Amino acid sequence: MRSAVIVFPGSNCDRDMAVALEQVSGVKPVMVWHREAELPQGLDLIVVPGGFSYGDYLRSGAMAANSPIMRAVKDAADRGASVLGICNGFQILTETGLLPGALMRNAGISFVCRDVNLKVENSQSAFTSRYEEGEEIVIPVAHHDGNYTADPDTIERLEGEGRIAFRYSREVNGSERDIAGIINEGGNVLGMMPHPERMIEPAHGRTDGRRLFEGLVEALG
Amino acid sequence: MKTRVYVTLKNGVLDPQGKAIHHALEGLGFSGVNDVRAGKLIELDLEEGVSEEDVDSMCRKLLANTVIENYRIER
Repeated sequence: MRSAVIVFPGSNCDRDMAVALEQVSGVKPVMVWHREAELPQGLDLIVVPGGFSYGDYLRSGAMAANSPIMRAVKDAADRGASVLGICNGFQILTETGLLPGALMRNAGISFVCRDVNLKVENSQSAFTSRYEEGEEIVIPVAHHDGNYTADPDTIERLEGEGRIAFRYSREVNGSERDIAGIINEGGNVLGMMPHPERMIEPAHGRTDGRRLFEGLVEALG
Repeated sequence: MKTRVYVTLKNGVLDPQGKAIHHALEGLGFSGVNDVRAGKLIELDLEEGVSEEDVDSMCRKLLANTVIENYRIER
């Protein structure tokens, strides 16, 4: 699996993500700076990592969504490349329009930084194939703007089309229907607030995040 | 020419910051505040010839996220 991790000024989960990708796939990902206008050829997976790109100026993800590299990521996604957005990456993907809805300030105002229980809602995607549907897993979250919202029609469509990948088992940030991660219409883009890259080896306490990457390696080679 | 863009959360969208400000005002003893909504003011210094449509396009493409926010342009 050939992968790339996009790096913005203010990204802070890019190196954790690179370690996770290399550990699971055996191949070092290419790190791509936000100023690049083109992606390397032959990528199977593009990851938009967590952090505080451009200091969260204007809105979380708003500036990054308009950077040169995101135009290339959008084109690649439209051509079918797999794209994974974690935390700030999820915010960026909604701002670019690759995923519907928006991530607002947590309903309780506070920054939430802890392990949370997630329910796997869809195990049919390339991102979730190594999980069982209905399984409960534990993955950490660390965010201030994770309160997922979308208009009622969009929410119903996400529910009806099985595009909610993960749901919080208990309320975390006020998200509509406790949505923690969603998939696009084509099934090749996943955005989620929790950080699977922070739970991939026994030293992390659990390894629940590892299977997301294993599923991707299996699906993408 | 100065143009002001006011960006506010749409009606019905929960505004936790507004709620916190409301709570703080009550804590200071101010009564009679029914609700608080917080928004943004963005000031643009524009050259002559930048049209209303151009500013509208700026709002839709960047300044506001129309999934959750409304905007108002004041020239």
